[in-house]
Amino acid sequence: MISDYIPILVVFILAAGFAFAILALSHILGPRVKNSVKLSPYESGVDLVGKTRVRISIRYFLIALLFIIFDIEIVFLFPWAVVFKDFLSFGWTIFIEMAVFLFILGFGFLYVWKKGALEWE
Amino acid sequence: MDLSLYFTRQDLWGILPEIVLLVGALIILSIELFARSQRAAMLGVGILSLVIAGGFASKNFGSSFILFQGMVTLNDYSTFFDLLYMTAGIVTMVISYNYLERKGGETRGEYFALILFATMGMMLMTRGNDLVIIFLGMELLSLSLYVLVGFLRHDVFSNESAIKYLLLGAFATGFFLFGAVLVYGTTGTTNFQHIASAITNNEILSDTLLSLGIGLLLVGFAFKVALVPFHMWSPDVYQGAPTSVTAFLCTAPKAAGFGALLKVFLVAFPALHADWQDLLWALALLTMIVGNISALVQTNVKRMLAFSSVTHAGYLCIGILVLNEMGVSAILFYLLVYSVMNLGAFGIISLLEKEEKGVNFKDYEGLASKHPWLSASLALFMLSLAGFPPTAGFVAKYTLFSSAISEGYIWLIIIAILNTLVSVYYYVRLIVNMYMRTSEETLVPFLHPLLSVVIFILAISIMFFGVLPGWLIDTVTQAARIYT
Repeated sequence: MISDYIPILVVFILAAGFAFAILALSHILGPRVKNSVKLSPYESGVDLVGKTRVRISIRYFLIALLFIIFDIEIVFLFPWAVVFKDFLSFGWTIFIEMAVFLFILGFGFLYVWKKGALEWE
Repeated sequence: MDLSLYFTRQDLWGILPEIVLLVGALIILSIELFARSQRAAMLGVGILSLVIAGGFASKNFGSSFILFQGMVTLNDYSTFFDLLYMTAGIVTMVISYNYLERKGGETRGEYFALILFATMGMMLMTRGNDLVIIFLGMELLSLSLYVLVGFLRHDVFSNESAIKYLLLGAFATGFFLFGAVLVYGTTGTTNFQHIASAITNNEILSDTLLSLGIGLLLVGFAFKVALVPFHMWSPDVYQGAPTSVTAFLCTAPKAAGFGALLKVFLVAFPALHADWQDLLWALALLTMIVGNISALVQTNVKRMLAFSSVTHAGYLCIGILVLNEMGVSAILFYLLVYSVMNLGAFGIISLLEKEEKGVNFKDYEGLASKHPWLSASLALFMLSLAGFPPTAGFVAKYTLFSSAISEGYIWLIIIAILNTLVSVYYYVRLIVNMYMRTSEETLVPFLHPLLSVVIFILAISIMFFGVLPGWLIDTVTQAARIYT
């Protein structure tokens, strides 16, 4: 059972040990040349153009959230569309189910829209 | 292929209360969209939908259904909790009628809609018969609460508590999920009955991983109901949140947490009761003592009540330790009484609050001479929280402790009773401030008729269940019998 996983543990220890050993060795043996180019963060060899901590407008998060909601909707709609024809022979249940789902989602969208979350100013 | 394999008419009838709440929430949001600040209308729709949903839910008393292929169960146990959540929801809505305006906020439609969504989530938590449904309900509840806690957007403390609650809550959810994953991995199912049968038939992959899974589930629940050492969030959140939200936060979600925790351990892991007994013993002990001692030194009434609710969670833990019919029915009784007491206490505190004032012990000095009825009800709630007879708090503690004594937890009960004695100090301190001290400047309550009626009903029911607890005890025993 759990002993079956011992090889994985061994590989894990070996990998971690190797990585650590290489880092430690280069730290101990490596030459140290300090100049401004070497101390600057690596950015594909190009000079730095600014700080990494850029403030991003909160609107992007709103857009991202909306995107996720509609993304999930698509994920749900695809399998539904595939089986739609087969299930239609049992009545309109399948159609009503999706209509309810889309209504709630659409209501949320209308709400967000009316509240002005999509205004970019 | 037949559709009834997946989905029947009965399934839909079963979740009718949830559907009513959803429709109610959508109506409130539409009012908010098209006719802004119609506070009375939104409050009306909110209460009406809770009442209708409660009506549909109470029809299930006495019968029991398994819906959605064992995903959801409806029986007296779940119905008892449904009605508890709905009562808490209604009282919270009444309390918050103009509370947020007094604190410089705005009662928007989202507020009432979120309470309805939270109620839906809690109902799923105790109706769920599957780890996935419990998780779903817990998330629906938590996400609504995160927003409600931060509803005073201009208040720094409200924002702080919302962020704290969100971060720690998300972390605790991770524990719960990891636990659920381990249980699923070792038993191959998330359905409670199937988990139980896998354990009794010894069809589990690894005992260690299963225990680890159960432990992690317990951590997740312990966070939600604020057991020590997972209680650190609760004082800050309870203090920072709008008082009307705190009233909701420390009653219904706590009941839901205990309800789901009980159900998981009663239905899914009954065979392992002996294994986690010591753990629960220690949790109960720690929770009682730490909660009590921290409550002793508070100067803020809301913070004191937050620690007091931690202590009460410790008492409730004793019931989970017992886990027989008596213990479970005692927990249900205690949860209901505890909710009524706290809703009343926070209701009164919220209507005395004004900007910065009204939350410290000192502000209550001399209140009784100006507002005798209000002080009398607050004193009643405090005495009931401390467990004095003839209030319902006494009966609740008595049934809980006696169930544990009959199972032989003598030492734990001695410590619990000593804790109860200590707790008298901080509850009675408020009464002493109201009745035996005088002050030039007393608090001015913002009473409106509906709120007076609600507080009156809460106070009467505390007395009623204290003097004549028979009917309620019969009901909870019947509910407890389902799973024990």
